[in-house]
Amino acid sequence: MKLENMYQEIILDHYKRPHGKGLAEQFDSEVHHVNPTCGDEITLRVSRGEDGNFVVSYDSLGCSISQASASIMFDQINQHDFDSGAAAVDHLVSMLQRSVEPDEDILGDGIALAGVAQYPARVKCALLAWMAWKDAAIQAGAESLSGTKISSDSNKEQN
Amino acid sequence: MATLDVAAIKADFPIFKRTVRNDQRLVYLDSGATSQKPFQVLDAERNFYENHNAAVHRGAHLLAEEATDAFEHARANIAGFIGAQPEEIVFTKNATEAINLISYSFLNATLKSMRGAELPKGAERFVLAEGDEILVSEMEHHANLVPWQELCEKTGAVLRWIGLTEEGRLDLSDTGLFNPRTKIVAVTHQSNLLGTVNDVAAIVKLAKSCGALVFLDACQSVPHMPVDVVSLGVDFIAWSGHKMLGPLGIGCLWGKSEVLSAMPPFISGGSMIEVVSMERTTFAVPPKRFEAGVPMAAQAVGMSAAVDYLNAIGMDQVAAHEHMLTQAALAGLSDIPGLRVIGPESSVDRGSAISFVLEGLHPHDVGQVLDESGIAVRVGQHCAKPACLRFGVQATTRATFYIYNDLEDVDALVAGIYSAKKFFGV
Ligand SMILES: Cc1ncc(COP(=O)(O)O)c(C=O)c1O
Repeated sequence: MKLENMYQEIILDHYKRPHGKGLAEQFDSEVHHVNPTCGDEITLRVSRGEDGNFVVSYDSLGCSISQASASIMFDQINQHDFDSGAAAVDHLVSMLQRSVEPDEDILGDGIALAGVAQYPARVKCALLAWMAWKDAAIQAGAESLSGTKISSDSNKEQN
Repeated sequence: MATLDVAAIKADFPIFKRTVRNDQRLVYLDSGATSQKPFQVLDAERNFYENHNAAVHRGAHLLAEEATDAFEHARANIAGFIGAQPEEIVFTKNATEAINLISYSFLNATLKSMRGAELPKGAERFVLAEGDEILVSEMEHHANLVPWQELCEKTGAVLRWIGLTEEGRLDLSDTGLFNPRTKIVAVTHQSNLLGTVNDVAAIVKLAKSCGALVFLDACQSVPHMPVDVVSLGVDFIAWSGHKMLGPLGIGCLWGKSEVLSAMPPFISGGSMIEVVSMERTTFAVPPKRFEAGVPMAAQAVGMSAAVDYLNAIGMDQVAAHEHMLTQAALAGLSDIPGLRVIGPESSVDRGSAISFVLEGLHPHDVGQVLDESGIAVRVGQHCAKPACLRFGVQATTRATFYIYNDLEDVDALVAGIYSAKKFFGV
């Protein structure tokens, strides 16, 4: 069954026992992203430390893929700076478009999401939390290492 | 009990010749979203393009004449299907556009009246004042909710709604919702989320007591049960061709003659006019007033073929068949541990749209496992988010049945749900 390719054990583990779920009191920006066709929702907060890294917290509702993906996002990019987090988001997007080989160093357990690429309707579920992070980080004043401010209008497609 | 020859019906639908996901037979339980099409409909459309194609109501040549005839014959046939007169049928892109046609008639009448512009006779019924009320229900499809919200925002009218009982029926106990300020009551005939078939007579009685117009969203009723607009007593209905075996891209608004005549146009342009000068234009009588531009004649012909197809079976038979499947499905589903039906649990006053949630399993995941077994259902909020909220669910899985489904499909659904539970260990 192809289904096991998408629903790997590790995905189901993240789904049943999500990492980092729960909203922090302190934050610099908060976003709420939804997937209106199926009702997945995430509220995500970031606060930007002195070192330029973002502390992430979130609360979410939705299908196994969106929930597992949020948990993996937390593992991979909590406490990262914008460039490193955004690179992970970009890598995930490319992986789901089947245009790169999954890189475990970048995505960690997220490489197990590669099977989602076979089910185009689920790609949005897998991206929800990561896009929310990118949006929140930009709203919190993310600067890339080169020092240029990033504009936020390129990230609205999830809304 | 009525029994349809489902095998013979299926043979008319080319889509059932293909297989899905690992060469399995297609179990199509998503007709509530859109139905499949029999070859009779496809052939009718193709025949129009191959033999009669021309812009209708324009041109003096033979093909234009034939195309116009085919188009107007389709209108008459479709009108007959719901007990209406041909001139009371307006073709639109879909039901959504038909509903917007009404809401924009209100807006346009209101704006024109503020400027003292000329309006059709009787248009006062469409002029809204601040504080006038529009009444919908909590079970509406977004198509019968958002246009009214928009209208309220632009005019200062107030949107009110009929709440729902635990069982998923309209709670008509607050009769104050129907009052002299109520200008239109817009409710669904059958809920696409809950399956509830509403008591139209009760709604019409309450609405008429306060002089309000009544619009019935018939998207989920006209394809599935006999509908006679005269005995319903409403002022308008709308539905889409694609949910009743017809083509995509065509829907209908039916309105009582005197009501349509009182409405200013929605979309303007060619074909909907009477006399045009550089200064001003007078408009054609309905239905042409509401059909600007070259219309979708091939789709009208296809939709008319769908009407013929359904008439040949008989709408009573269609309804009885679906009722039988609904009963079987409700029985099968109610045995599944952790399954909750959202909407009426009995088959009384209920259509075949069955929404449910499973403890510990998200609908999207249920749908995925079902899809792997070749079963197509819809998952999500079904364009009825407020009703989902009302029942405290984020999303549901929904199965809907039609003439090409049989008890084997019901069994496949039930078995599929068990395997989803097993797969996810719940
Ligand atoms: C009850 C109901 N109303 C309105 C609609 C809108 O129909 P359409 O999208 O064809 O305009 C639908 C179908 O999606 C429906 O089920």
